[in-house]
Amino acid sequence: MAIPFMSEEWAVALKDAINTNDAYREAAATWEGDFYFIAELGDGSTKTIYLDLWHGECRDAFVVNDASVKTPEFEVSGKIPAWKKVLAKQVDPIQALITRQLKLKGNMAKVLRAVKAAQELVNSATKVPTEFPE
Amino acid sequence: MWIFSSPRIVFGEDALNYLEELRGRRAFFVTDANMVRLGFVERVQKHLRAAGLESAVFADVEPEPSLQTVRRAAEQMAQYQPDWVIGLGGGSAMDAAKAAWLLYECPTADPAAINPMETYGLRQKARLVAIPTTSGTGSETTWATVLTDTDIGMKLSMGTHELTPDLAIVDPSLVTSMPPRITADTGMDVLTHAVEGYTSTMHNDFSDGLCLKATALVFQYLPRAYANGQDMEAREHMHNAASIAGLGFGNSMAALAHAMGHSLGAVFHVPHGRSVGLFLPYVIEFTANGGGTRYADIAKFLDLPAEDEAQGAASLVAAIRDLQRRIDFATSVQQLGVDREDFEAALPKLIANAEADNQLFFNARFANSEDLAKLFMCAYEGRSVDF
Repeated sequence: MAIPFMSEEWAVALKDAINTNDAYREAAATWEGDFYFIAELGDGSTKTIYLDLWHGECRDAFVVNDASVKTPEFEVSGKIPAWKKVLAKQVDPIQALITRQLKLKGNMAKVLRAVKAAQELVNSATKVPTEFPE
Repeated sequence: MWIFSSPRIVFGEDALNYLEELRGRRAFFVTDANMVRLGFVERVQKHLRAAGLESAVFADVEPEPSLQTVRRAAEQMAQYQPDWVIGLGGGSAMDAAKAAWLLYECPTADPAAINPMETYGLRQKARLVAIPTTSGTGSETTWATVLTDTDIGMKLSMGTHELTPDLAIVDPSLVTSMPPRITADTGMDVLTHAVEGYTSTMHNDFSDGLCLKATALVFQYLPRAYANGQDMEAREHMHNAASIAGLGFGNSMAALAHAMGHSLGAVFHVPHGRSVGLFLPYVIEFTANGGGTRYADIAKFLDLPAEDEAQGAASLVAAIRDLQRRIDFATSVQQLGVDREDFEAALPKLIANAEADNQLFFNARFANSEDLAKLFMCAYEGRSVDF
């Protein structure tokens, strides 16, 4: 059954998907950096989840209602159609960033050197049956 | 959203004369010792003097320029305070000029972290002229720069649209003395840019025609330029082809042959054009085996058999291998003289480098670690790709 995108349940499912993806574990073995993933909804509101990624493992993932709760190293934000395209693998995550469908706050160069890890992160997310808002 | 970037391009016989129209006080060359020895720096300086510009020269750019070299060039540039930066030479000199110029304009920037998402605010102090003396890299028309981090033995392929030169001087008189081996290597670089630019996942309406035209020019003129360096018609068309392919792939990205080529080049110090050109037919076979590609379009444009994608891709591969034979170009890594044991020992590093190269992700068929291992071995042994 599909899980609502960016819900608490989705965050937990994503964490599980990442932690059971051996390819991610290998590709992100040296990665240290946490994220806010921010979905911009049509009504101007946003939904945010926090991901703590450390040495090939997702240590924590949860919905954030107050952005000041954490100060992550990176923020990736975009409208729902952009997230949908990335999670459907219609657009590579790096391609989405350089064409500004998704926006990144943080050290882009660090992300560009972890392209395989980024790819595997998306592969993990595709394992989560996702229901996007209309 | 995407951006098509292009410099003003001055091309053809006597294109160097255009430098006399520059307005400013000081120009700073980023080049290599050969350019000084061959008298090319002096030729350009003559035109700058006619424009009333004095100049200084940094001629220490090495093949596969390092971050350290770029920093040294930027320091000297900052002392000289030019209002024009001149990148003169092959891809190494022009790429080093771009990165040094960025550091001159924006001293706090990290040259290893240049990326298209940041705004650097270039052109406050100087503008950039790129003058190629080889017909291959296309750096004169792209926003990319490839530098080597010698600490980790890896090529860093980076860029920002702001790095697109203001002016590209594409003068064929600068390439007549290019030796046949370099003519072949750089010509195959042009072909790889054009084919990958047309077939990458970032291909677009603005770049497609440029990539096709450049591909056709290479097939028509590279064998002639290789056979007779004094064939000025061939030289001029190849010089134009390099800049056209640069515009094409520069605005649509390169792909897997570049990721593999950068990796091989960094580990075994193979010249860029030789390594990417060697991998090109293997990458086409691999990509075409995955299904829907655009190789049939290219084959049709070249009047090769292309009833369907598979036949188009096979025709294109056959044409490339025939071209490689005509210009005495290595068709396997083994033919480059790389020892098998050394290659196999380096395979994990080759794969890791390719996987860290963002161009990998612009290939129409994604190559995972296992695919890369097999592709590298096919290219080592000269075996066609059947997976």
